[in-house]
Amino acid sequence: MLALVIFLPLAVACALPAVPGRAVAWTWIGAAVLDLALVAAMWVGHGTGGGVSFETNVRWIPSVRAGYHVGVDGLSLPLLALTAVLFAACAVYSLRRTHRVRAFAILFLFLETVCLGLFAALDLLLFFVFFDLSIVGMYFVILLWGHGDRSRSALKFFLYTFLGSLVLLLGFIGLYLGADPNTFDMVELTRTPPLHGGLGGLTLLAIGIGLGIKTPVVPFHTWLPPAHTDAPAAGSAILAGVMLKMGTYGFVRIAMPMLPDAWRRYALVMLIVGLVSVLYGALVALAQDNVKRLVAYTSVNHMGYILLALGAAGYASGDAGARRLAVTGAVTQMVSHGLVTGALFLLCGVLDDRAGTYDLGRFGGIAHNAPVLAWLIGIAAFASLGLPGLSGFIAEFQIFAGTIGTGTAATAVTGALAVLGILITAALFLRVLHRAVLGPPGELTARVSEVRRPELAALVPLLALSLLIGVVPRVLLDTIEPLSAAVVALVGR
Amino acid sequence: MNENPADLAPELCVLIAAVLGLAGGLFLPRRRQWQVAVVCAAGLVAGLAAAGVAATRADLMAFDAFAVDPVTHVTRITVLGSTLAVVALARGQVRDHPRETEHYVLILLSALGTVVLGATSDLLVLVAAYLLASIPAYALAGFGKDAPGTEAALKYYLMGALLGVLMLAGVTLLSGIGRGTAYPVLRVGLADAPQAAVAAGVVALLAGLLFKAGAVPGHFWVPDVAEGAPPAIAAYVTTVPKIGAFAALYRFGAETLPDAWPALLAVVAAATMTLGNLAAFGQDNVRRLLAYSTVSQAGYLLVPVAMAGRTDLAQPAVLYYVAAYAVTNLGAFAVVVATGRDDLAEYAGLLRGSPLVGLSLVVCLLGFIGTPPTAVFVGKVLMFGAALDGHYAWLAVVAAVNTAASVFYYLRWIVPLFRRPSVPSPPARGASAVAVTAALCSLALGIGSGIALS
Repeated sequence: MLALVIFLPLAVACALPAVPGRAVAWTWIGAAVLDLALVAAMWVGHGTGGGVSFETNVRWIPSVRAGYHVGVDGLSLPLLALTAVLFAACAVYSLRRTHRVRAFAILFLFLETVCLGLFAALDLLLFFVFFDLSIVGMYFVILLWGHGDRSRSALKFFLYTFLGSLVLLLGFIGLYLGADPNTFDMVELTRTPPLHGGLGGLTLLAIGIGLGIKTPVVPFHTWLPPAHTDAPAAGSAILAGVMLKMGTYGFVRIAMPMLPDAWRRYALVMLIVGLVSVLYGALVALAQDNVKRLVAYTSVNHMGYILLALGAAGYASGDAGARRLAVTGAVTQMVSHGLVTGALFLLCGVLDDRAGTYDLGRFGGIAHNAPVLAWLIGIAAFASLGLPGLSGFIAEFQIFAGTIGTGTAATAVTGALAVLGILITAALFLRVLHRAVLGPPGELTARVSEVRRPELAALVPLLALSLLIGVVPRVLLDTIEPLSAAVVALVGR
Repeated sequence: MNENPADLAPELCVLIAAVLGLAGGLFLPRRRQWQVAVVCAAGLVAGLAAAGVAATRADLMAFDAFAVDPVTHVTRITVLGSTLAVVALARGQVRDHPRETEHYVLILLSALGTVVLGATSDLLVLVAAYLLASIPAYALAGFGKDAPGTEAALKYYLMGALLGVLMLAGVTLLSGIGRGTAYPVLRVGLADAPQAAVAAGVVALLAGLLFKAGAVPGHFWVPDVAEGAPPAIAAYVTTVPKIGAFAALYRFGAETLPDAWPALLAVVAAATMTLGNLAAFGQDNVRRLLAYSTVSQAGYLLVPVAMAGRTDLAQPAVLYYVAAYAVTNLGAFAVVVATGRDDLAEYAGLLRGSPLVGLSLVVCLLGFIGTPPTAVFVGKVLMFGAALDGHYAWLAVVAAVNTAASVFYYLRWIVPLFRRPSVPSPPARGASAVAVTAALCSLALGIGSGIALS
């Protein structure tokens, strides 16, 4: 079942060259929706219990004890579902695309397999394979379908994140060598965490830098704005919605349970890096006039909350319930950010498609010509700044309640300071709404026509899911909570 | 002492094919010299089969100087397989050439020398193998009798002769202070010998082997030969002799265990990968670019060689990486042979004009970077593992930084492939088949690495 979910998109991609031209887009949508249905079925099958289900373990490279070991649990299921939803949305959104549709569809289906595989991997080497392939796939998306200075941005993206992946690989090999017997298997490594003392710290440093570049956290975020600005809308949505989660997912899946000792020792570093990302990302976003760069910097800000919460979870002396709340909030934030930022990037794509620019100053009064588009922008902006009733609120409330509630001086201070991030985000999104959506018409407003049907069909489910999580969060939280309890227990060892 | 010639069956197959080919070529009219290629290919296939059978048997030592162990098995199979690919590549290039026969025979003899280089555990045989592997290659480099070819051959020969003499001096010194030339004897002898003399001998010995491996400081010939020699020969000299050289380096390190070995080789490895990468950045000629890329790959390969005897991961890392490297490098050169284009810009539109060849090139270039699931990826993982396990973390970091930097110039070649086609010219069929096979092998070796490693 899980193998089918992971490799279905790849199989369709391999068959796609044989599909006649007109059917390509519909085949792509069909495959993405079918995969989404399969993931949903898997979620129902897993239920809300703890532990790993749909596990497969096949020998791959026995001499280094690496295997094709996959499975799903409360951490991977929400992210698998998010991946399937976003890829389906991108397929629908790209229905009207005319430039090299077939290659575009093949690349996205390939990327879908890679992303699903990464979130299901229970073996470090397998995780790394998918991690690296995601970089290659996204590089080609930016290079071939991007705009502006795309080859430069794509190269920067590749070089930066590839260096990160190699540092990550060194960290993985450190874990492998530290384990007795040597193994890449995540389950075994989690059961008996290897490496204590200085070596553990060094390994955490390597893994932290590798995942931190992908996440990205300040000061490793500089590849993100150009990559997002020059990527096509669907590419940005996947890059921000799914691929940034690979970093934060890695922290929860690998760094915390396998290096609990080091994680507790350096929890303060995580708190501070998270706090700096929150404040710096929000402040830089406030200064942007390019709306896509602005959304990109809010991603840095949102990823900062996640790291903050995970850092708080490392304070073993703190209240266990609060730390569980923080981890649950972090995972919820991953899902929420994926949905909302995916929608925001697709909306930026709509603006670019109509007016050919992302410059905020040249729009104004969009609500007048395109009320539905204006509503969508408004809802997405409010979801992103954490308005109650939408998913961002559920996530951020739990993160702050958990971080501050942990009860140590460091978490209380950083948590309180991070609340300022929400304030700045609120200001910047209100500024966007004021300048672009409301007010007098700008020079390009006349060109902004109403959303088309495929765009609407892609955007509405994303925002509806955000609303659903905001109103009835239990659906999601029931799945995540056993996992966060397990992670907090593992870190506390 | 074991003196069973059957233990050398793969080598004998190659030798017999070379002799038969040479003798037959004397009597064949020029138009029918292709039969020599068939004889040579048959010899290589027979050798491969014999090597495959030998790989399933227990390790042994033949003639007190020829070890038949996993290192030899991998050297044999990789060298013979790569040579087979080179013969296929050369076939299209030298068809109906007045010296077609000699071309194949020289390739086979050089390959034979390479196998012995990797398999021997005696310094004197090492020297003989070095000469047998080198001298035919000098002639092959200048085979085109044109100005770049002559320059390439001259540079190759002068470097080879100079460093070969140094190596001979090193062998003399080591056998003098170690009281023997066989590695087991040396291991005992060198442990008691004065360390300064051992170090001097090892450095001189390294000169010749690093020349064959195309590593710093013996790398100066690589770009000129890759650019000046005929493309198929460029593919040969940047692939096959290296296999033997790395096997020989690893064997010497692992079996005699000199004190200064890891530190010395680690520095050489770091210098090789860094210099190769820095020099590759500005190249616009794809053959020079590939040449410098082979230099940097030689640097990564030297990492597990430096760790010889310090970690269990060193041997699989060397062997796996060397096979992966051979497949990938041959694939990239096969594309150069197939398209006949030397300038980076000329590759514009290759993916549209001939998707299969273009895709093979993308796979091979991404393979060089170490992208999963290609073969070099597994090699690199093992290499990093060997470096960390051998307590040379700084070397692993240097290798990681270099790998990331190398992405830049491999991408410089990948990017034009997607542009609009400039001049559509169909690639040569035989060489394209080699390229596609190599790319598939690279993927198969990567995904099926479990089977290959065990």
